[in-house]
Amino acid sequence: MNVEPSVRVEDKLYYNRYLVDIGHPHVKVRAHTTPSAELLALLKVCPARCYELNDNGQVEVTVDGCIECGTCRVIAEPTGDIQWSHPRGGYGVLFKFG
Amino acid sequence: MIEERFDAIVVGAGMAGNAAALTMAKRGLKVLQLERGEYPGSKNVQGAILYADMMERLIPEFREEAPLERHLVEQRFWLLDDRSHVGMHYRSDDFNEERPNRYTIIRAPFDKWFSSKVREAGATVLCETTVTELVRDDRERVVGVRTDRGGGEIHADVVVLAEGVNGLLGTRAGLRARPTPNNVALAVKEMHFLPRETIEARFNLKGDEGVVIEAAGTISRGMTGMGFVYANKECISVGIGCLVADFQRTGQTPYGMLDHFKQHPSVAPLIAGSEIKEYAAHLIPEGGYKAIPQLYGDGWVVVGDAAQLNNAIHREGSNLAMTSGRIAAEAIAEMKSRREPMTAKNLSLYRKMLADSFVIKDLKKYKDLPMLMHTHSQNFFLTYPQLISKAMQNFVRVDGTPKLEKEKATLKSFVKARSWRGLIGDASRFARAWR
Ligand SMILES: Cc1cc2nc3c(=O)[nH]c(=O)nc-3n(C[C@H](O)[C@H](O)[C@H](O)COP(=O)(O)OP(=O)(O)OC[C@H]3O[C@@H](n4cnc5c(N)ncnc54)[C@H](O)[C@@H]3O)c2cc1C
Ligand code: SF4
Repeated sequence: MNVEPSVRVEDKLYYNRYLVDIGHPHVKVRAHTTPSAELLALLKVCPARCYELNDNGQVEVTVDGCIECGTCRVIAEPTGDIQWSHPRGGYGVLFKFG
Repeated sequence: MIEERFDAIVVGAGMAGNAAALTMAKRGLKVLQLERGEYPGSKNVQGAILYADMMERLIPEFREEAPLERHLVEQRFWLLDDRSHVGMHYRSDDFNEERPNRYTIIRAPFDKWFSSKVREAGATVLCETTVTELVRDDRERVVGVRTDRGGGEIHADVVVLAEGVNGLLGTRAGLRARPTPNNVALAVKEMHFLPRETIEARFNLKGDEGVVIEAAGTISRGMTGMGFVYANKECISVGIGCLVADFQRTGQTPYGMLDHFKQHPSVAPLIAGSEIKEYAAHLIPEGGYKAIPQLYGDGWVVVGDAAQLNNAIHREGSNLAMTSGRIAAEAIAEMKSRREPMTAKNLSLYRKMLADSFVIKDLKKYKDLPMLMHTHSQNFFLTYPQLISKAMQNFVRVDGTPKLEKEKATLKSFVKARSWRGLIGDASRFARAWR
């Protein structure tokens, strides 16, 4: 069964509070020409849809909406495809309920 | 930034870190606790059920003070196919007791309160501070930490790693392995707000009574996973989680699954008309006993989710976190009072004490279940729920078919889907793993 196209993650992220650390992304994608299977998996598995394909077919990450779950770390850090850290203290997602 | 030397540094102000810091501070140790969030709880996600016994051992009067939501009087287990659910409900007035056994909580306010007790006990708590590195001496002993606040190293006799499932420090320092897609689940969760009376009417509750629903079946689309619906005072926590390896393999999206779960005809009426106020995601350690790493070494111990101490079968994590944090702290305090150094040999007392507690005993009991659920996920999470649902419908629908014929048809559908051998194999495998 396929994913309902009606699911808009952006709308979900609007409910959350973030303190974005401009200029200090805590997740980075290694430069590549063709994405690995692991990187491609992140397009679907990241719950905040931070990963997207650019026009050249490479995987890019935008961490503004990241919920810091660590899923991409578990999948793509071992292959060296991404670098993952915690945001600097105080920055990032701030759950009111959690 | 901090010149002093501490008896202990605790990394993280979640359930495990707070339990450890509180226990050590109460025993007179000089404790520094570091938390990367703006306030304790701002990074933490849970369902969430709080188990009173483990909390009571830390803060006996917590019932009067802590921000609790509802005490549980009812637990529902649902097996879902796409249109129905087969359910088991256990509800008892016995749970309306003087000192209730389980509560729903909301982590952010709860962790804030828990942290206030840690401060009262005398620990120094610094938020908005990410620990970036463990400091080791030339003999590889852990002697302190470095943070992103600059200011150099902070030293302590022992570092308690309560950094949660995504603990970077321990893995970067090579003290334990990074979690693998096979031993962690990704859970996504929303908070749905409704008037109190509406929640009480929909869940058949009065006052502060509460209900939790755990659901498995076709909602996880053949992956190893579970959904949940927990009633709080004025909101409902709704979420679903599956093994990361399964998400990776199938290409299903977590939010797609959550929305599908919310639209299920058994779930939708419970949350209809609600206002969503948060969308969160978090990993849950699911590897069980076999995934527990080395728990102590020279100058360090690891507690809670960082050590994979989480019972995924029973959805118990915070109580294992609190208990391991408390026990590690007791072992450290014991060494301190004996004026003995925090060597690996001495800190092995923590592991011994943990082995005598329910934490290791429970995880050991289920040591084979994670693997079984994973390798047979299609059967347990897709085929059986569909078969059972069909059998139930067949059983309750009255349509003039003789009952014996109905039973035969049901049996035939099971054998057709799984074969006799498969059925017996699944049953005995499950029984063995459960034992
Ligand atoms: C959806 C969901 C539902 C759950 N439901 C239940 C339930 O109903 N009942 C139950 O008992 N358990 C449940 N659990 C499990 C429970 O949430 C965890 O087991 C528990 O929170 C673990 O506590 P912890 O202290 O080990 O880690 P956490 O609570 O994750 O705390 C770790 C803390 O460390 C901080 N930290 C990490 N790294 C650093 C660093 N480098 N520097 C500074 N700070 C750092 C983090 O910000 C965080 O505050 C659930 C989990 C999820 C995700
Ligand atoms: S940590 Fe989670 S939310 Fe953030 S980018 Fe990775 S997968 Fe996405």
